Amino acid sequence: MHQILFKMDWIYDPWPWFIGGPMIALVMLLLMLNGGKFGMSSNLRTICTLCGAGKSTTFFDFDWKSQRWNLVVVFGALVGGFFGAHYLSTDTAVVLNSDVVNQLQGLGIHDAGKSYMPERFFENIVWTDWKSLSLLVVGGFMVGFGARYAGGCTSGHAISGLSNLQLPSLIAVIGFFIGGLLMNHFILPYLL
Amino acid sequence: MRTLLYFIIGIVFGITMFKSEAASWFRIYEMFQFKSFHMYGIIGSALVFGVLITQAIKKFKIKSFHGDTIEIADKEKGIKRYLYGGIVFGLGWALAGACPGPIFTLIGAGYAPILVVLVSATLGTFVYGRIKDKLPH
Repeated sequence: MHQILFKMDWIYDPWPWFIGGPMIALVMLLLMLNGGKFGMSSNLRTICTLCGAGKSTTFFDFDWKSQRWNLVVVFGALVGGFFGAHYLSTDTAVVLNSDVVNQLQGLGIHDAGKSYMPERFFENIVWTDWKSLSLLVVGGFMVGFGARYAGGCTSGHAISGLSNLQLPSLIAVIGFFIGGLLMNHFILPYLL
Repeated sequence: MRTLLYFIIGIVFGITMFKSEAASWFRIYEMFQFKSFHMYGIIGSALVFGVLITQAIKKFKIKSFHGDTIEIADKEKGIKRYLYGGIVFGLGWALAGACPGPIFTLIGAGYAPILVVLVSATLGTFVYGRIKDKLPH
């Protein structure tokens, strides 16, 4: 007990899956108890409305204030990312499976296993690398388009929807994996 | 008070996304390679608790902090929009390595290029809204 209390280094370690998963469920529970729900991609629609998209498109013509609570949640998620990265971590390197490290290094992602995000896409060198930049644009576009087309993303379908035993969410999650596996195995190796 | 609570829940969510490494591009790559249990453990254990929580709320008609009944709406029936939309989302998820929640977490963590993903994801949502009536649902 003494040692546990005074050895607080673990607070800086990455969380194992059996902490992360239940914490996500707790977040969903607290959101529902506060009158909201767990679904992050709807915020992208609200941002469109805030940018004036409601004037030209009925899909965005709604009172954004009804969704303000969810914007507060993602703003919190942003602040949480800041705390997580700057105050709750000393070394953010993600320890990956060694096959994955070798494979990614072979594809030119040399910091696999040594950092949190691949430098080639998520550090400032992308601003002068048109290829990386365009991959981010295309990826982001499909995330936003697909999430709204499917009516939800990982939080709304894979967590909230499946927790409510919804068949449409199961179909969406199967779609996520069809698309993800296609990209990961058959397209990404040629793009990297 | 309600708003403050949403903010705090959001912070907890952001810390969870970052610290569990669910916001890491590498973890998403590794998941689609089936080379680690980590992401499946996160989603699976979230679901075990999620199903228990959701079913308990429905069965015992649990009320919110503010006294109203918690309504959990069913998703509209259908196949096409979920399958096609899901596939497009999955393609983007495996490429950009971030889903909508972690996009915000990564902005806070200081990875500036993720702003490109946020802008293009917002644009993708806008284009969906423009052409949705022409798409199979």
